[in-house]
Amino acid sequence: MEFAIKTENLGRIYKIRGGKKEDPKELVALSGVDLQVGRGELFGLLGPNGAGKTTLIKILTTLLAPTSGRAWVAGFDVTERVNEVRQRINMVSGGESSGYGLLTVRENLWMFAQFYGLSSAEANRRIKALLKVVGLDDRINTKSSDLSTGLRQKMNIVRGFLTDPDVLFLDEPTLSLDVGASRDVRRFVREWVDQDPTRTLLLTTHYMVEAEELCDRVAIINKGRVLACDTPANLKHRLQKDVIYRMEVSPLNSLGTAPFEALPGVRKVVHRPQDGFSVLELILEKDDALSSVVATLTSADKHILNLQKREPTLEDVFVDLVGYSMEEVEQAEAPEASQ
Amino acid sequence: MKRGTSLQTPEWPVSLLKPQKPGQRVRKASGWRLFLKTVLARAYPRIIGQQREKSWMFFDVFLPLLSVAAYVYIYRAIKAPAEYVGFVVIGGAMTAFWLNVLWSMSSQLYWEKEQGNLALYIIAPNSMMAILLGMALGGLVATTLRALVITVIGSWLFQVPYAISSFIQLFLVFTLALVALYGMGMMSASFFLLLSREAWHWANLAQEPIYLLSGFYFPIKSFSFWIAAGASIIPLTLGLDAMRQLIFPSGAALGFLSVEVEIGALLLMSVLFLLGARALLAYMEKLAIQEGRLTESRR
Repeated sequence: MEFAIKTENLGRIYKIRGGKKEDPKELVALSGVDLQVGRGELFGLLGPNGAGKTTLIKILTTLLAPTSGRAWVAGFDVTERVNEVRQRINMVSGGESSGYGLLTVRENLWMFAQFYGLSSAEANRRIKALLKVVGLDDRINTKSSDLSTGLRQKMNIVRGFLTDPDVLFLDEPTLSLDVGASRDVRRFVREWVDQDPTRTLLLTTHYMVEAEELCDRVAIINKGRVLACDTPANLKHRLQKDVIYRMEVSPLNSLGTAPFEALPGVRKVVHRPQDGFSVLELILEKDDALSSVVATLTSADKHILNLQKREPTLEDVFVDLVGYSMEEVEQAEAPEASQ
Repeated sequence: MKRGTSLQTPEWPVSLLKPQKPGQRVRKASGWRLFLKTVLARAYPRIIGQQREKSWMFFDVFLPLLSVAAYVYIYRAIKAPAEYVGFVVIGGAMTAFWLNVLWSMSSQLYWEKEQGNLALYIIAPNSMMAILLGMALGGLVATTLRALVITVIGSWLFQVPYAISSFIQLFLVFTLALVALYGMGMMSASFFLLLSREAWHWANLAQEPIYLLSGFYFPIKSFSFWIAAGASIIPLTLGLDAMRQLIFPSGAALGFLSVEVEIGALLLMSVLFLLGARALLAYMEKLAIQEGRLTESRR
């Protein structure tokens, strides 16, 4: 199989400088990452904020050198054959504010197309077609400073596809897009890859639905390590022997998940406090384990408001691999990140 | 916006992007053609975009003219030689270039980083030197327009007499002074990026003293030789001095060095600053890739 992206034992450690007298601290952003993405594949990197997705993309797009291991994009080493890699890639990040506010949408896109060597005629033809795809054609002559955040993100997405790359990196592309626009972008992304089997797209996201709906294969990444890599169907199949319930109960408050996790037959429990009630996501080894969960709730004077048995999702796979939901991981990382 | 429906419409244009055969890509220029395209494309926002903000006429023309007027009236009050009025008008016009280099050239890479453009410039297949040259060319063209307006209005308001002794030398001095000045700006762009936010203080610190040391409003011959020689590290110092010698009847008498020597010095500075810009840019890019912090915006 021909690989569009390949990494071998890839790692990146950041040195974080403290005060003048302190020694720099080391932060492991990536560790021992081995990935192979085939040509024509739409590959997803799924993980919470701070998992190492952006670091990996930065290495693959030649923006950052790895501290260990090697990586190849379009067959070229990202540290040794930088120019060859750059001729074949492009990248779009969610929430970026690139370009110049004084220029119109068309002018901004034309400028970036020139940096890749497109002729003006070809650039303008592609700009028109792509703006139509994302529903921004009526804003072609609007100054980009007059665009809303969502419309600006659509312009950024067009910038990525404009240069007709072999490998396109989309880092959280639907961030700040509304539901309808996100769906449009997802459909276009899928169609773009399907149109030409030599096009490859690597997408990072922390939206499970996005990864599930779009990607041929998904790598689940947390704390700089790839925990699993397979098709969404195969990943979910890991949980096929388990049973999954979604339960709405009266607020758990201080009860937490510990009493449930201690029960026999209960593999994982995720608690999501809502307004006026709590949601429990339960991964059980067998249906029988449910009765002990119900008994524990009853003894704690909690009422069951709704109970639903459902098929496993990638979210469940993530919980199974990491032990926490992606939300919980992000909440736990947040205070560290703000320090 | 056709929210949620744009993909189902009959004129769905995604087919326009389909290659005729798999693997076929859009033709792209490379080598010097890509370099040239990049220079022109990066110059575009400054040549075209900056003129859209009409406030430039107030901030970049009217305010400098006020400073010029203040010095003209001082010189007239103390009955200074008539040429000094011309010195001030030319100096006032050239301040536009200094401000442009300081605020729009030196600090530009830092702003590009904050905007998220720097990472996109680095991953594109073009040369970063082409990006910097584009910024410089755009800034130079846009500022020449401003400097020209200041010169024309100032000359008309204060009836400045000109007597150009050599058009060729004048063109050479003006061109070399600007090449050296923007070369210096390109070099300091990488330096300011490494300094990050502290660059603001450096730019503030440099602005006013250079007005004094470069003799924007008086001949630098007024200084001692060594102070004038030290100030000559800023290309505008020698550029202004040579231009004044070439366009005013008594300019040569008030000149610091001979025009030929000043042309030689400007030529040397042009080469040194451009080479320095290239070396610093390569160092900045290397550091950015190794440490991963220079392309990280603070947003």
